[in-house]
Amino acid sequence: MPMDAQEIERLIKAHLPGADVAIKDLAGDGDHYAAHVVAKEFAGKTRVQQHKMVYEALQGRMGGVLHALALTTAAPKD
Amino acid sequence: MSEQAVQDWIRKTVASNDVVLFMKGTKNFPQCGFSAQVGQILGHMGVDYKDVNVLEDMGIREGIKSFSQWPTIPQLYVKGEFVGGCDIIREMFQQGELQQMLDDKGVAYDKAKMTA
Repeated sequence: MPMDAQEIERLIKAHLPGADVAIKDLAGDGDHYAAHVVAKEFAGKTRVQQHKMVYEALQGRMGGVLHALALTTAAPKD
Repeated sequence: MSEQAVQDWIRKTVASNDVVLFMKGTKNFPQCGFSAQVGQILGHMGVDYKDVNVLEDMGIREGIKSFSQWPTIPQLYVKGEFVGGCDIIREMFQQGELQQMLDDKGVAYDKAKMTA
């Protein structure tokens, strides 16, 4: 079941307020996305921890209704 | 297998093999593009790894997700530790961090290939 890019962005921002979220629909099918998330909450965290925080934001949709979300994360550079 | 038996089996498998890839399909016949990518990176680096095909066992397919608290497959483990899924492994490989981590953990790979 496809998922809206705006909905993905909304969920991530609700969980990580102030995050910068860029989403690309890779295949145009609403099912294969790439997301780049920059959030201050990522500072000092490992990549696995950062990705888990984004998956938490998606509340179990990752691996379920959302099959493919290529994810890159970073803390803001100051 | 019971859920507990699955968790025990996973723990034993990642403890007794230096590098384990839980994937959809096998290293010779991956059945998902993301699993294939990680297998390709490990193959390219000449890393010897054990592949576990989660499609053969629904218990392991779900159990590995709760084991690592990670919602997707593939999942790579080195020396018993969860390293990441496809995106993280690719990023680590591109930045030379995967090579560094294998060096740090004393896992052999084909270094000649890496400098070529």
